[in-house]
Amino acid sequence: MKMVMAIIQPHRLDAVREALSGQGIAGLTVSEVRGYGRQKGHTEIYRGAEYAIHYLPKVKLELAVDDELVEGVVTAISGAAKTGKIGDGKVFVYDLLSARRIRTGEEGSEAL
Amino acid sequence: MTGAIMIDSGDTAWILTSSALVLFMTLPGLALFYGGLVQARNILSVLMHCMAIACLASVLWVIVGYSIAFAPGGTGWFGGFGNSFLIGIGRDTVGEGSTIPTSLFVMFQMTFAVITPALIVGAYVERIKFAAVLIISALWLLFVYAPVTHWVWGGGWLAEMGVLDFAGGIVVHVTAGVSALVIAWQLGPRAGFPSSVNPPHAPWMVMVGAAMLWVGWFGFNGGSALAADGSAAMAVLVTHLSAAMASLVWLVIEWLRFGKPSLVGLVTGTIAGLATITPASGFVGPAGGIILGLAGGLLCYGAVDLVKKVMKIDDSLDVLAVHGVGGATGTLLVGFLATTAFGGAGLAEGMSVGGQFFVQLTGVVVTIVWSAIATLIIVYVTKALVGLRTAADDEIEGLDFTAHGERGYNH
Repeated sequence: MKMVMAIIQPHRLDAVREALSGQGIAGLTVSEVRGYGRQKGHTEIYRGAEYAIHYLPKVKLELAVDDELVEGVVTAISGAAKTGKIGDGKVFVYDLLSARRIRTGEEGSEAL
Repeated sequence: MTGAIMIDSGDTAWILTSSALVLFMTLPGLALFYGGLVQARNILSVLMHCMAIACLASVLWVIVGYSIAFAPGGTGWFGGFGNSFLIGIGRDTVGEGSTIPTSLFVMFQMTFAVITPALIVGAYVERIKFAAVLIISALWLLFVYAPVTHWVWGGGWLAEMGVLDFAGGIVVHVTAGVSALVIAWQLGPRAGFPSSVNPPHAPWMVMVGAAMLWVGWFGFNGGSALAADGSAAMAVLVTHLSAAMASLVWLVIEWLRFGKPSLVGLVTGTIAGLATITPASGFVGPAGGIILGLAGGLLCYGAVDLVKKVMKIDDSLDVLAVHGVGGATGTLLVGFLATTAFGGAGLAEGMSVGGQFFVQLTGVVVTIVWSAIATLIIVYVTKALVGLRTAADDEIEGLDFTAHGERGYNH
């Protein structure tokens, strides 16, 4: 099992969800987060004064998947989230030690 | 006068309405306008300031403020104490030559006494002690606002000279603007000013507040005719035109300068236009309203940069630049625009344009000097009594929780 975690542009979320729906994904967790990467922040202007915004709004996706689905999921996310501009985000994959469905007590792949 | 009491029901109805409109400017108009411009952790403190000042100014106005401004028997510089606690003002009292009950005049003027110290809130947000807000506002009402009101509207020395200030360019906007700058200077800038201050937390709220101010201003300027007549109607019309024109000026400037017209900029222009037309609203015609909007929009925009970038004073929400400069601009231009050549009502008989300008200039300059000196003394007294600034840690945590024990947004 793997945990796929992606940071994407907020306005690409709908496209990513649609792309993932064809991948056999049963569940997805989304958080609104702030951060910066190579894009750094940006400036906003109010009444002629520039304000430096260091952390930009992003969306974080987390989904636990079986090993054989990982490649498709990563491809779907990176394809749908891509605009080609700096700030599109990243996809991370890490090993998942265990999973348990709370309602039934199922373990491992059964719980995903 | 025969002494006959001539209450006019139309006039009375309009000034009753105007009193409500002007209070609505402060509560919640100004409170939201300012509240949206601060960080989320200070929203409640701004609403607190406006609300508490409204209550405090109202009570002080009845105790002695109204009397200082309007009681007979003053010196020309300071009114009498004969109407302290509104002694002598009853249900049937009507001023000589007036067509509305004196109790209504007291109420209408009270709403002005509420909004003027509340305008100054914009200078000291996000870092001042709440106790200092109350003390400064109370002393300021009695030693700056009420005396200047007496000079201009209470039959004082500026009224004797023939100064034109229909709804408070001098009385409201110059006093508040200058005093705001003095307080901001004495208080020092917010942490991180000017390079890393956080941006306004809710520009939409700024627009909602500005829109309420715009509507309320119809009562502010239209009500200052103290009658439901042609003067009131024209005042409302030119007020609206000036607001619209100044808004467009800000929109165009920002579009050209930054490539994007902003909502906060647009509605700041609205307030600049409203402040600028205020002293002139009963004296000029539609052309004058447009010209004042244009002038106020341009000058106030320039003044924002001047105060923050050149003078480097953190008058945080631009009280001097928008209100002080706008009010002074209208006060100085009214002598020209009130002439019939510009479609105005015409100057007083025997008054030349140059002579009127000199009177207007005298009014503005003396009011600036008085406001600055008196406010400086008030600030020193307040500093000695309770101190001015919150602790640096409290400023970072935000005044909502540290001063009031609440948070504006609980998730």
